[in-house]
Amino acid sequence: MASIDIRNVRKNFGIVSVLHGVDLSIENGEFVVLVGPSGCGKSTLLRMIAGLEEVTEGEIRIDGMRVNERAPKDRDIAMVFQSYALYPHMNVAENMSYGLRIRKAAREKITAAVSNAARKLELQPLLARRPKALSGGQRQRVAMGRAIVRQPKAFLFDEPLSNLDARLREQMRAEIKKLHRDLGATSIYVTHDQIEAMTLADRIVAMHEGVVQQVGSPLELYDRPANLFVAGFIGSPAMNFLSACYEIGAGTAGARLPDGTLIALSSAYQLEQGASVTLGIRPEHVEMSPASESSLRATVDLIEPTGFGIILHLGLHGLPFNVFTLDRAALTAGPTVTVAFPPQHLHLFDETGMRALETSLQKGKG
Amino acid sequence: MNSYSTFGTALHRLAILCYVLFALFPLFWLLKVSVTPNDLLYSEGVRMWPSRMSFEHFRFVLAHSAFPVFFRNSMIVAGATAVIVTLLASLSGYALSRFTFRGKYWLVALMLLTQMFPLVMLVAPIFKMLSPLGLTNSLTGLVVVYTAFNIPFATFLMQSFFDGIPKELEEAAKIDGATQFMAFRQIVLPLTLPGIAATLGFVFTAAWSELLFALMLISGNSAATFPVGLLTFVSKFSVDFGQMMAAGVLALIPACLFFLFIQRYLVQGLTAGAVKG
Repeated sequence: MASIDIRNVRKNFGIVSVLHGVDLSIENGEFVVLVGPSGCGKSTLLRMIAGLEEVTEGEIRIDGMRVNERAPKDRDIAMVFQSYALYPHMNVAENMSYGLRIRKAAREKITAAVSNAARKLELQPLLARRPKALSGGQRQRVAMGRAIVRQPKAFLFDEPLSNLDARLREQMRAEIKKLHRDLGATSIYVTHDQIEAMTLADRIVAMHEGVVQQVGSPLELYDRPANLFVAGFIGSPAMNFLSACYEIGAGTAGARLPDGTLIALSSAYQLEQGASVTLGIRPEHVEMSPASESSLRATVDLIEPTGFGIILHLGLHGLPFNVFTLDRAALTAGPTVTVAFPPQHLHLFDETGMRALETSLQKGKG
Repeated sequence: MNSYSTFGTALHRLAILCYVLFALFPLFWLLKVSVTPNDLLYSEGVRMWPSRMSFEHFRFVLAHSAFPVFFRNSMIVAGATAVIVTLLASLSGYALSRFTFRGKYWLVALMLLTQMFPLVMLVAPIFKMLSPLGLTNSLTGLVVVYTAFNIPFATFLMQSFFDGIPKELEEAAKIDGATQFMAFRQIVLPLTLPGIAATLGFVFTAAWSELLFALMLISGNSAATFPVGLLTFVSKFSVDFGQMMAAGVLALIPACLFFLFIQRYLVQGLTAGAVKG
């Protein structure tokens, strides 16, 4: 097990810069998920830690040792690929033991390690099979088995579940989590799926266009997204955004929408009076309410029952707006509904898209 | 719908059968003439099989002609060319498939360029170059020339096979603890066996049946290869078809054996299951 330090790491492919200075410290035994849309540089960062891509600038340390110039084989890490990358001419046992055989481990040690991993992953009946005779989920398990037999310093996962169907993905997600609980190994996991990120991670690193946007626990990212990107990326259905103007009065703060509606805020922010802001609210936090002064009327475009709840696709001032509710009455909603925003669930972002800093409300003049 | 698809399948099979018959007919004729005794060759008219079979042509070709020498020469030249070309093309094809290096584009363009000239144009300059080196009238000379002419195509062929092997397999091997060369030898090479077999077969057949350079660079029987040797059955006044065809049948044997040996690799879809398709 090991800690991994990434200091001001940059990566250029020719004149194209894909990582613009990433800093990240990963603790011993931690499960860190790199999440972001395609092309955000998360896989490149992982491949640089593995030694499959050169580091253009900066430094990567594993257990305090600089590894920039080390070949992948000398870094003592294991990686699970999206495509599994099983050796097709070897059977399951040979696939799993390849790393140990190449390191000239003792035969008894290899047999013990393989059967131990096979038992953990329920692969014993498949040890003599070739990869082509396995199902997608079984191949995925073999790929994980190959990683764990070596007992490496760290595990790297590059979108390992992307090729599986939804059901199997859920099952394997739980297995990976269990495996991490049992082995306690430092793990870095790359995915574009925010549900995987939320469910697996001790800490999430949200990335966008080669820059780390926010690092924090899953709930930190969900409750207090640092900017518009994280707010929009974490959570499904995605957060709703409305343009507004910030208004501060005596003992009150609010955001005025273009139609004149004033939405009350629970605290004041370090913003100028009249500053343009973006108001964010998650679909599950919107309340369907009877009409009132601060409620908004929206047209219903589409109703999507998910079984567990209902997603309403609304039009608010002509802009798309989603609401998630557990109330089945929403299924029979008319052409328009009224919605209200509880102040404690509102997120406010300044003109640059960063989360606005809160201050306490001044009680005063009237 | 069902009867239509049955009809379609039947038509499809019939078309394939017609093609196979058409393609194999010359081979059949070769065999037929080789077992027809001389006295029946012109007296029986066009028949699908002679009324009496004889192996006299084979006996003559093996015992009284220089054919065994031609055969041996061809084996040496084609075998050596196939092995050398495949070895070099595997390395160069791997380099083209996996590495980026300066001048790669121009190297590929140059290799393509060599494939654009009709070989006839190059016979004279090649002769002029090989002559002072003592490589005319020698099997080594032929191997050198064949190797040079086959490498570009074989390289592209091998490159396409390497391109078909996912890069992740090598990366996984490297992370497992292999060096670049170990990953090549233990992971990539076994998976490229079908490609290597195809390249070996292609180069072997090309060298086995090459006539132009063999005719121009070789004089006399001692270093003649089999295609040149066949011409010895053509004399000033007659063509000894029976013996020529018997020699042809014998020359087919190594090629057939060779393909029988490698066909296992040619049809094997080894990479199936490596990565999710």
